[in-house]
Amino acid sequence: MSEHPQHPQHSGGTGGWFDRPENVNRFLRVFYVLCALVLFGELLFHKHAVHPLEDWFGFYPIYGFAGIVLLVLLAKLLRKLVMRPEDYYDA
Amino acid sequence: MTLESLHPALIFFAGALLLLVLPARLRLLVGLLTPVLGLLPLLFLEHGTDLQFGLFDYTLSPLRVDRLSLLFGYLFHIAAFIGVVYSLHVKDRVQQVAALAYAGSALLAVFAGDLITLFAAWELLALTSVFLVWARRTERSFRSGLRYLIWNVLSGVILLAGILAYSHQTGSIAFERMTLDGFGTWAIFLAFGIKCGFPLLHTWLTDAYPASTPTGTVFLSAFTTKTAVYALARGFPGTEELIYIGALMTAFPIFYAVIENDLRRVLSYSMINQIGFMVVGIGLGTELALNGAVSHAFNDVIFKGLLFMSMGAVLHVTGKINGSELGGLYKTMPRTTILCLVGAASISAFPLFSGFVSKSMVMAAALEQGHDWLWLVLLFASAGVLEHAGIKIPYFAFFAHDSGIRAKEPPRNMLVAMSIAALLCILIGSFPDTLYALLPYPVEFVPYTLTHCVTQVQLLCFAALGVVVLIRTGIYPPELRSINLDFEWTYRRLGAGVWRVAWPAGLAAYQLGLALLRAVVDVFIALIHELVGRRGALARTLPIGISALFAALMLAVFLLVYIF
Repeated sequence: MSEHPQHPQHSGGTGGWFDRPENVNRFLRVFYVLCALVLFGELLFHKHAVHPLEDWFGFYPIYGFAGIVLLVLLAKLLRKLVMRPEDYYDA
Repeated sequence: MTLESLHPALIFFAGALLLLVLPARLRLLVGLLTPVLGLLPLLFLEHGTDLQFGLFDYTLSPLRVDRLSLLFGYLFHIAAFIGVVYSLHVKDRVQQVAALAYAGSALLAVFAGDLITLFAAWELLALTSVFLVWARRTERSFRSGLRYLIWNVLSGVILLAGILAYSHQTGSIAFERMTLDGFGTWAIFLAFGIKCGFPLLHTWLTDAYPASTPTGTVFLSAFTTKTAVYALARGFPGTEELIYIGALMTAFPIFYAVIENDLRRVLSYSMINQIGFMVVGIGLGTELALNGAVSHAFNDVIFKGLLFMSMGAVLHVTGKINGSELGGLYKTMPRTTILCLVGAASISAFPLFSGFVSKSMVMAAALEQGHDWLWLVLLFASAGVLEHAGIKIPYFAFFAHDSGIRAKEPPRNMLVAMSIAALLCILIGSFPDTLYALLPYPVEFVPYTLTHCVTQVQLLCFAALGVVVLIRTGIYPPELRSINLDFEWTYRRLGAGVWRVAWPAGLAAYQLGLALLRAVVDVFIALIHELVGRRGALARTLPIGISALFAALMLAVFLLVYIF
């Protein structure tokens, strides 16, 4: 780490692997393949379901995906209600 | 006093006293040795309450040793050691003394066999830890610290009121299982709830934890709330109210975590969310659920500590902690990035990381008891954890857009402390029996089944996919320089506003009342003056002639009466 300056400095971003859009796309493609694999992976074995919902194909993936999207959309609405400037309590 | 009855808290208090007087170099040594020396007697302690002494009519038993108290005892020693290593570069005596005394207070609380000792520890927790907030030495942290102190001391006062009522009713001060059936137990429950961060009583946490020093927050995150979780597990297991309170705690903070800019405040909301899982487990009250609750407390101290340490490291080297000002740090801080990702994977409960083996016990217990809706809420909250702690924290600090900051890695001791925590996360996650062996009840739960692993990875991958889609489509809310109103608005704005109106109004009313009273008194005095004053009717002096005439008249009347 010694080649880095002693104190934080501001400069243009260069040299990071994620700075190149094609690398980001490569990373995401691997991720999408992984998602597909775990989705269809459940067909390869018998699930030990405790709850009837668990027996449905793709219950966990759909619940996780829909849950997150709903969470973020509701949080955006919440922001309209509660967001204030940083010095709100100082004023 | 033999080694078998040496209270671990005493070692920490002795260490804190030594730090008050020792020079800087020796302070480091004492700081490091204290948690190590404290752990030694813990290994020799025998189950039971051997250490007892009388106070007035009561018998105090400050050292109750059983599997539950020992588990938290081990945990707090580990947390104190990691915290001390993390703050070795800090030369501030106030923080060093406060940290050890704070850890000692937490140990005093978890080994307390009676409610009076618990109360003393409860107040000590507040009084010692507030210095870690004030140690930031800014106006904002001072005010945050004051609010923190008010809430936490209030919790102690309510606890005392509850203990008085409870001991009057039952004639016992033993700290045992209670039921919510009267003022006493409800007050004790409420006092635990404040320190546990129950909804609406949680604002001291999200207010003060982000205001503390980079190292102070690591200590704060370990002790107060987990002591409260212990107290609930000891006093109120199987209390149904806790299921609903806990479910609320898992769900509401994740919305705030999405939109919060201060990354340490994101972690504070995340902390309430994680405590929610523990509270649900305590409320469910079965052996599986209680094992899940306390093992999750154990894991949370370590992985949440790791996340707070990684964000503390970012704050330490860049001076910034807002998501809107950070990004791209992975280029110059790769080790911190990887350590943060281990914490993120652990809290998100990826297989092979610690959260996976403890949170799933609570989920399984919820299903086992037929709480379907509860299970769905917990599942939603689990996906939410991945969003804010698993993705948002590392993404906005280390990746996202390049902020241009080229900060180097934090001091070596910080990296060592984070590495210890990361190793523990992986160790417990990969070999859960190491933790399961310490739990209060025998563990039959098997976390690593094919179904459990695959479904959990499915949930997390597709939740992450949801975030990716939202970010790529620009729907994901950007980090903005802002704060978000929470319940604290009621006392910081509404209360303050009411006070600003009420104070002059009250003052005017007081002055009006005073004037009225003075007028009444004036009239009264004037009346008396009229009667007995210098010229008053009763105080008038009569000339001697008139007196003689009165006497003569009296005599004449007397004579006439006598004659007839």
